[in-house]
Amino acid sequence: MLKQRWTKVLVFVASLVPVLWACWRAWNQDLTANPIEYITRFTGDWTLRFIVFTLAVTPLRKLLGLPDLIRYRRMIGLFAFFYGTLHFTTYIWLDKFFDLADMWKDVAKRPFITAGFTAFVLMIPLAVTSTTGWIRRMGGKRWQALHRLVYFSGIAGVVHYYWLVKSDIRLPAMYGGFVGVLLLYRVTVWAVKRRATPASRARIPAVSPGTVRDNT
Amino acid sequence: MLIKKPADILYSEITPRDLYLNRRKFLAGVPAAFLGARELLSPSSRAIAGTKLPNVQKSKYTVDEKQNSYQDVSTYNNFYEFGTNKDEPAQYAKNFKTSPWTVSVEGLCAKPRKFTMEEILALAPLEERVYRHRCVEAWSIVVPWVGYSLSALLAQVEPTSKATYVAFETFFDRKQMPHAAGLQFPYVEGLRIDEAMHPLALLCTGMFGETLPPQDGAPVRLILPWKYGFKGIKSIVKIKLVSSQPPTSWNLTNPPEYGFYSNVNPHVDHPRWSQASERRLGEFRKRPTLMFNGYGEQVASLYDKMDLKKNY
Repeated sequence: MLKQRWTKVLVFVASLVPVLWACWRAWNQDLTANPIEYITRFTGDWTLRFIVFTLAVTPLRKLLGLPDLIRYRRMIGLFAFFYGTLHFTTYIWLDKFFDLADMWKDVAKRPFITAGFTAFVLMIPLAVTSTTGWIRRMGGKRWQALHRLVYFSGIAGVVHYYWLVKSDIRLPAMYGGFVGVLLLYRVTVWAVKRRATPASRARIPAVSPGTVRDNT
Repeated sequence: MLIKKPADILYSEITPRDLYLNRRKFLAGVPAAFLGARELLSPSSRAIAGTKLPNVQKSKYTVDEKQNSYQDVSTYNNFYEFGTNKDEPAQYAKNFKTSPWTVSVEGLCAKPRKFTMEEILALAPLEERVYRHRCVEAWSIVVPWVGYSLSALLAQVEPTSKATYVAFETFFDRKQMPHAAGLQFPYVEGLRIDEAMHPLALLCTGMFGETLPPQDGAPVRLILPWKYGFKGIKSIVKIKLVSSQPPTSWNLTNPPEYGFYSNVNPHVDHPRWSQASERRLGEFRKRPTLMFNGYGEQVASLYDKMDLKKNY
């Protein structure tokens, strides 16, 4: 089932549900008394959720024995960038009214903006190089190294949220927990591999042809 | 006295169980919280209309600005006893029991006593005052509050000359407020006595001509239009005249970010965001924030010779 084309379409449509939901509420003038804040929070939340979904693909493939999940990783990652772009656009347009000088002042002066801006900027090269052509051009190893930037984007995103809240840190702590566990998985895999002898390393099964080697 | 203060021993017994239950509730809520399911499942709540307040007079302390709607003022609230999201108090405070209610006024005064809500409502003529209301989070609203100057209530107990500050306390009951989070409870606030006696300091019992809905601090709260909104303590049960600066909830939570005075000041930023401008709910563009929220003419003299950068 995971190999079939319609499942990809399904994931695509499902990933659009949040933005369609927000549009529906906007159409009904139901975006709370402060619609701009609502949209900002909504798009920010969904950016973090999609970063978590993206980071979860590799561990779930291994732990559930579902290597075909890799088919969805690029799309889910691009949706993280999509919601991140909406979030950034809300800020630059509805908060800063395209005053770039003011934006840079914010980025320099406000740590939570610095963190959020970093999280967003780190996603840009990943979105640009997400195509098969770029993977070929860069070579699997270098492409993979570059795409580890998503770890730092996730961390910066959580820090951004944590520094934003006034006193109730439960939601940022929850996202921090998810990102932390997913990164810990990678550190553990890396440490285990490092300790393994060259002989045992050779026994690690190869990735199926046509997919990027994915041992992060 | 119908609202009993729990005995110390009982309180200390209850707390660990509460924390334990909260932890379980929190963990159970993680999957829903992750997907924002609460928001998906619950329709936006409708405010419950209050009771019409009789004989409300127009006040001279009124700004001539476009008022926000009842819907705005009653569905977008910070009242952490009923949840930390803006839309939560309107849902979770629905069944908040605000009658019978008494307010104890005590401390350094000649005639300490308890006031029933009926007594408070009859103590002085009710006035309608349209005030600007500026939240520390850089949004603002304009609201027709109902009440009278706090000084009228304080005068009843005859504060002594030793009373230099006033401490306020919000009702707290974990059973009625299971979603309380983010602060130590009960919520406490404080004012210098001259601030408390200033005519603009409003003992507020209503809005839009009606009694307050629970999420806006029913049945009685403070409104201090020249200060950030969180100084306007809600659902007051205790007022105490004291001789030293009392603790205040947000200051206890984060001292560098929230001072005792918390006067609206566009020149002193919150450490994490600018206070130079604000978003008036219902407006697209931000507007510049005014010193003392535009009430400088009336209140600036209270802070003569004070360094407002230090005394934020």
